[in-house]
Amino acid sequence: MLKRDDVDMIALSDYLILGAILFAISIAGIFINRKNVIVLLMCVELMLLAVNINFVAFSHFLGDTAGQVFVFFILTVAAAEAAIGLAILVVLFRSKRSINVEDMDVLRG
Amino acid sequence: MQFDTTQLIPVLPEISLLTLACVVLVVDLFIRESQRIVSYGITQVGLMITAAVTLLVSQPGTQIIFDGSYIRDPMSDLLKLGILVISFLAFLYAKDYLRDRDLFKGEFYTLGLFAVLGMMIMTSANSFLTIYLGLELLALCLYALVAFNRNSPHGAEAAMKYFVLGALASGMLLYGISMIYGATGTLRFDELAQVVDKGDLNRLVMVFGIVFLVIGLAFKLGAVPFHMWVPDIYHGAPTAVTLFIGSAPKIAAFALAMRLLVDGLADLHAGWEGWQGMLIILSVLSMAIGNLIAIAQTNIKRMLAYSTISHVGFILLGILAGTKEGYTAAMFYTLVYALMSAGGFGVVIALSRKGFEAENLDDFKGLNQRNPWFAGMMLLLMFSMAGVPPTVGFFAKLFVLDAVVSVNLTWLAVVGVFFSIIGAFYYIRVIKLIYFDEPVDESPLTVGMDTQVVLSLNGLAMLILGLFPAGLLSLCSSAIGN
Repeated sequence: MLKRDDVDMIALSDYLILGAILFAISIAGIFINRKNVIVLLMCVELMLLAVNINFVAFSHFLGDTAGQVFVFFILTVAAAEAAIGLAILVVLFRSKRSINVEDMDVLRG
Repeated sequence: MQFDTTQLIPVLPEISLLTLACVVLVVDLFIRESQRIVSYGITQVGLMITAAVTLLVSQPGTQIIFDGSYIRDPMSDLLKLGILVISFLAFLYAKDYLRDRDLFKGEFYTLGLFAVLGMMIMTSANSFLTIYLGLELLALCLYALVAFNRNSPHGAEAAMKYFVLGALASGMLLYGISMIYGATGTLRFDELAQVVDKGDLNRLVMVFGIVFLVIGLAFKLGAVPFHMWVPDIYHGAPTAVTLFIGSAPKIAAFALAMRLLVDGLADLHAGWEGWQGMLIILSVLSMAIGNLIAIAQTNIKRMLAYSTISHVGFILLGILAGTKEGYTAAMFYTLVYALMSAGGFGVVIALSRKGFEAENLDDFKGLNQRNPWFAGMMLLLMFSMAGVPPTVGFFAKLFVLDAVVSVNLTWLAVVGVFFSIIGAFYYIRVIKLIYFDEPVDESPLTVGMDTQVVLSLNGLAMLILGLFPAGLLSLCSSAIGN
């Protein structure tokens, strides 16, 4: 049975690894996803949240609040970005009747 | 803590532009469809007022205000003036195009003005937070502008691609910023430079941060291998929007590179953890891929997109030199390129008319017989892009190459010259089509008087700046300072 002293505090590197994994998942999602544009929007959000974890972790371990203030701004911008992204998605669906990533192939060369 | 209201003086250009954007937003609600020209008029007069305010608050020294988030220095003054002038041109050329296509809406001007505000904030940023907010303000407005023609499937597709790749770029940039924040504990560029100068930081985290930062920057600049969005967006967006995207934001992107790499990380320029090596790769690839693929294009908007990519390679060449001459040359190149690009797309717009888009190279055939004056302007613009003396494009390339040679990177200058010779082929092909081919389409050009005058000035500026480059060069040189 583990005693309390055996359990280490969560280190900075653990947070960074979590952030890196989430970031990698979101990038992989953007490039692998061939089906649905909404999934792309979700990947974009995940990417920003991965960055937020980094900022909060650094901010805590550095004892500096600027990083946490940055997170609030990123959250605000992410909300605005999602609004624009979904608006574009509506326009796209109205003209193409599809939100399939593979159907976005008119512009090439 | 008492707020010092004199701090607001250096921000007056931004305040005036923000007021203007809000005024246009509200006034546009109260005017009829037939009076839409009022919104346009307010926009243009307001841009001129903002430019005047920028001149008024400019002074030799550097002012850092708002707890170090905002900086006003000679570089920001000159770049802001450049952004305002080019945006003025872009709105002017766009007017007739929009009116012919039922796109003459107040939203175009509101979104455009907020984009200009974003560019000005980027130019004057002194912390990662300010630069990120400016960048997003610009990007969000541009996404919406690309989809401005709601009935065009091309526009919607281009906007979606731009949105996803732009958000990806912002994410990369932010990840890099978070790493640099972790390694240095500061978001301000001047403090960052001091911390880097002392040198006791976690190298690994720092390198990681710089790599992501440069990738994000390359996306925003459109440098190879992060260029995929540029041709699609230039092609899919309405030409008036392409003109706007292809001109003024390049100046802002240059400011972004200067603030991030030079203001904050100048000491990490060379060496194994430096950014010079990364920029060399980006620059060589951009010049190569941009010029080679442009040859294969039949659509002039796509061709100019690949030409943008190759010009970005040249601008990076100046920045990576890492000297005062290099930065001056890159700044000169950027300002000249924005002017060339505005003029080039201006001619494309002038050739289009209601129900017809002059998008293909064949539409330029025999332009000389249809309108010799515009043919002459296009000749000057194309020669300038190709870098043929005595146009200003030649001097822009010359100064950049000179800066690169003076830091013992002669091979890079040779590569630059080699690819600009290849690039000259497709610019001169346009001139051949204009002067030596028979026109397919005989209808005369219908261009408003204001566009004619300003487009002529824009074309002649290529020649005049080329004959007397010293004025602009000394302006750039004094803007860079030490």
